[in-house]
Amino acid sequence: MRKGEKIIEAFLFGCSALTLLTTVGIILVLSFETIGFFKDVSLIEFLTDTEWTPLFSNKRFGILPLLTGTFLVTAISLVVAVPLGLVIAIYLSEYAPGWFREIVKPVLEILAAIPTVVYGYFALVYVTPWLQEVFPDQIGGFNALSPGIVMGIMILPLISSLSEDALYAVPKSLKEASFGMGATKLQTVRNVLIPAAFSGISVSIVLALSRAIGETMIVAIAAGQQPRLTANPLVPIETATTYIVQVTMGDVPYDSLEYKTIFAVGMTLFIITLLLNNISFWLKKRYTQAYR
Amino acid sequence: MEETLEKPEKPVGQKKPKLTFESKGRTVYYQLQDKIFKYFALAATSLGLIVLVLLLYSVFSSGFDRLDWDFITSLPSKRAAKAGIYTAWTGTLWIMFLTTIIAFPIGVSAGIYLEEYSSRSRMSNLIEINIANLAGVPSIIYGLLGLEVFARFLNLGASVLTGSLTLALLILPIIIVSTREAIKTVPYTLREASFALGASKWQTIWNQVLPASVPGIITGVILAISRAIGETAPLIVIGALTYVPFAPTSPMDEFTVMPIQIFNWVSRPQKAFAENAAAAIIVLLSITFVMNAIAVYLRQRSQKKVKW
Repeated sequence: MRKGEKIIEAFLFGCSALTLLTTVGIILVLSFETIGFFKDVSLIEFLTDTEWTPLFSNKRFGILPLLTGTFLVTAISLVVAVPLGLVIAIYLSEYAPGWFREIVKPVLEILAAIPTVVYGYFALVYVTPWLQEVFPDQIGGFNALSPGIVMGIMILPLISSLSEDALYAVPKSLKEASFGMGATKLQTVRNVLIPAAFSGISVSIVLALSRAIGETMIVAIAAGQQPRLTANPLVPIETATTYIVQVTMGDVPYDSLEYKTIFAVGMTLFIITLLLNNISFWLKKRYTQAYR
Repeated sequence: MEETLEKPEKPVGQKKPKLTFESKGRTVYYQLQDKIFKYFALAATSLGLIVLVLLLYSVFSSGFDRLDWDFITSLPSKRAAKAGIYTAWTGTLWIMFLTTIIAFPIGVSAGIYLEEYSSRSRMSNLIEINIANLAGVPSIIYGLLGLEVFARFLNLGASVLTGSLTLALLILPIIIVSTREAIKTVPYTLREASFALGASKWQTIWNQVLPASVPGIITGVILAISRAIGETAPLIVIGALTYVPFAPTSPMDEFTVMPIQIFNWVSRPQKAFAENAAAAIIVLLSITFVMNAIAVYLRQRSQKKVKW
């Protein structure tokens, strides 16, 4: 082989190895600052304390309020997106005429292309006032419900698209066998397609969950900045991502304990989403093996 | 199905199946259920579309009146009526330009390597799993990486360059994956023909494989860039400012971008600023939609034209 070819190959390899370096960088940066954080705060306090007040004079470092805030909004978004996304996927793959599907699918995917800051605007300026009309005097200007619903809309195309692919991948013979037995479409969907596509559908849900947990702007705009341990969707809360934004918007000196907190919170987020992503890979591998 | 039950073709030597009242009733029930579900599902699908329309309507109805030439050419101001998005869109253009320059060559090169060179070794397996994982990392984590490595360690500060490097890392997985998909569609026979004429591996890639997969690659890059210009969180984390009095003139300048400007305006209680935010959203959405439309057009054209 000529020398030039070798150099080119080495360069191309370097570019793909850069992605490894990114991961290593993320892990190193997060670990480095997180270890610094745990020199001052014990892991037990971090995981069990019920208050998060690093920016006040009475500092408490319990991540639980940030996590409950994150999971509250995420749960609301899944309650919106999972049933709706699944029904849409079933409709588009089994019921809708071809032309309808051709038009609706890309239009729904526009929802995924909209910048999240726009969803934040929609949640704060439209959905929250509308909710305040529906539940007068119960709902604050900042709450978990409004960004939760809007986030559900944001992850809707993720669930509907991936679930539709999973339904579509079920072998036609299974479907035809069910029709041949005299089953209606709905019976076929319920008894044959959904069980067969179950892992594919769960992949879409896990990915949507992971996306919702890491989502920042919708909650930063509409959920508030008050970390609190609650399951009440009507009061202001704070999510892990919002906290990072809140701190970096202010003037926090490098190497202060406040600065280190955002990396500890980031590390927590990173671990949760990494776990979820790998669960989805595992599920995906299982279902591609099932019907080869 | 009911019809065939009522008027079955008479099979020889078999009795016509007897329909009891009960079994017929159940069939009707299931069919009714099926029909109801069909309309329910249509309603659910429409709901998704209606929300999209509502969202666009809400933005346009409150922002359209605010949108004029002054708004686009004015600097930011404490008075809502005078404020404009000049620094924001110039910042976004800078970020777009630099991010593309950084991410495009690296992403495409990595895609070529993974598709054309790497054998099924453990290394390439590792890289593949790693890219899939990176695609799932929340964007705000990339912000923390950029803050620590580019802004602090390399001492680049909250500059356009720091922002672009951070976003480039964020969109690399998207570009790599779409490059690989595009290269995959080029049939192996084309490569063999090129090899048979005595071309080297790189000559084959450069003269045959890449030209054939350009539309796919460009589509992926455009989608990745359109994702990058909508990103807010990582840029806030690296320290991009919400108020910048001047447009950036070099990669080392401080900057703001459209989404951060929108975030800043939305966060203020006065209604006039919400209108500014809506107007800025119209501009941002227009850029995003135009880029997506170009990407979809390119993809469809290449699918039609190329028949191997």
